[in-house]
Amino acid sequence: MDKPQFVYVTYIATSPEKLWKALIDPAMTTKYWQHVNVSDWKPGSRWEHRGADKERELKLVGKVIESSSPRRLVLTWAFPADEAREDKHTRVTFEIEPIGDVVRLTVTHDRLEPDSKMLDGITKGWPKVLSSLKTMLEVGKPLPKLW
Amino acid sequence: MDRVFKALADPTRRRLLDRLHARNGQTLGELCAHLDITRQAVSQHLGRLEDANLVATIRRGRERVHYLNPIPIHEIHERWIQKYERQHLNALHDLKKRLEGEHHG
Repeated sequence: MDKPQFVYVTYIATSPEKLWKALIDPAMTTKYWQHVNVSDWKPGSRWEHRGADKERELKLVGKVIESSSPRRLVLTWAFPADEAREDKHTRVTFEIEPIGDVVRLTVTHDRLEPDSKMLDGITKGWPKVLSSLKTMLEVGKPLPKLW
Repeated sequence: MDRVFKALADPTRRRLLDRLHARNGQTLGELCAHLDITRQAVSQHLGRLEDANLVATIRRGRERVHYLNPIPIHEIHERWIQKYERQHLNALHDLKKRLEGEHHG
């Protein structure tokens, strides 16, 4: 197993099914992430991360490695310019675990290069996205403009 | 959130968070290096940080590796800091409007 480089944990008062849907449903990600994640979410399929505005700019791409609804989603995660360079792909694992009345979401982001643009982006991005996700699922409204 | 503030109220625990911020993903042994307190005390501090969800621990073989989890700190920022920054900015905005109003009036 590779040494993970970032591990983010948040506890959310919701169900695993709702949380799973919130990760992949474009209407929901538009609200709290202001981006959409597009794929059929089958292992081996391509996925895309695009802006939720009308330009729909392609920001990230990757492959679905594992997709076990509603517990575990593993994706590779790369800038579009690096799509053909699999050695440059980073990896994101979402693990959803019910604990009593809440759900623990663990996001592990690894295979990151030190001092890379990706590393800089994700360390700023994940805390915002995950706080906004939690607020949306618990309070019904996301954090104000993130980016 | 009480647990987060209590966990942050201790200088050794803040130091441990700083060390994880400098290099994420460390074992207990690595975190003990250069700290002049016992391994047991460091382990207890890490337990408090884990209870507050400020540290996430992943098992790697026989070792436990500790990661800084910045999500609760981000939530404090959203809840306690950004709100007051906004008020501050609004106050400046009002002042500007008033001064400009005077200038034109």
